[in-house]
Amino acid sequence: MNIYLPKDLMDKIHDHGEGTYPEEGAGLLLGRDEDENRVVVDVLPLPNNREDSARHNRYVITPQHLFEGEKQAEARGLDVIGVFHSHPDHPNRPSEFDRTWAVPWFSYIITSVEKGQAVDSRSWRLADDRQKFNEERIVIMETVSR
Amino acid sequence: MTILRIPSPLRPYAGGVSELQIQAENVGQAIEKLTEQYPPLRTHLFSEEGELRPFVNLFLNEEDVRHLQGQETPLHDGDKLMILPSIAGGSQRPS
Repeated sequence: MNIYLPKDLMDKIHDHGEGTYPEEGAGLLLGRDEDENRVVVDVLPLPNNREDSARHNRYVITPQHLFEGEKQAEARGLDVIGVFHSHPDHPNRPSEFDRTWAVPWFSYIITSVEKGQAVDSRSWRLADDRQKFNEERIVIMETVSR
Repeated sequence: MTILRIPSPLRPYAGGVSELQIQAENVGQAIEKLTEQYPPLRTHLFSEEGELRPFVNLFLNEEDVRHLQGQETPLHDGDKLMILPSIAGGSQRPS
């Protein structure tokens, strides 16, 4: 299970995590499934809608923002295929809170941002029984996104 | 009939369907009928205790049903009911 991501979009995800540090930053992944793999075609950084005091370790994307993201994706013949978010000074593994709030089928790209610098990203998908995440391999494409 | 819109992450569990027409008296009945038609959805919409999961939001004609009569909100012909999750998470439990 692989997720293909153009390098410039990975850079955009990392830049967003660095820009929102020390708070969590988040956004949507737009793309499509191709056979057993997933391809990210664009990313949509969004505001973190959690209250100020919680943004250092919590993020929320509102249903309204998701709906707008879905409309944008559909207009381009794509789907919203997942979410990216950062973990400031914390590993890029899903937490128990991530699992409780995860929706199925989505790819969750988590970026560890340490002392303001994006370090590494990993991608995860919730198992159908909701008991754990399965990691999917990020394959960086040198091509530029459209 | 009510048009029920399914968000992208749940469509694979509903046969790939993004919208379907449902005949139901209220919001709760519409969701029950949806999970009867597509049983795999139930795990992701409801907790083990049978409650809607916290990230599940229901909008009737673009209004959150929590501001109406919740799952008892009546449905009428031509209504549009949307399931829209809140997307949330975070690195650890709050201190």
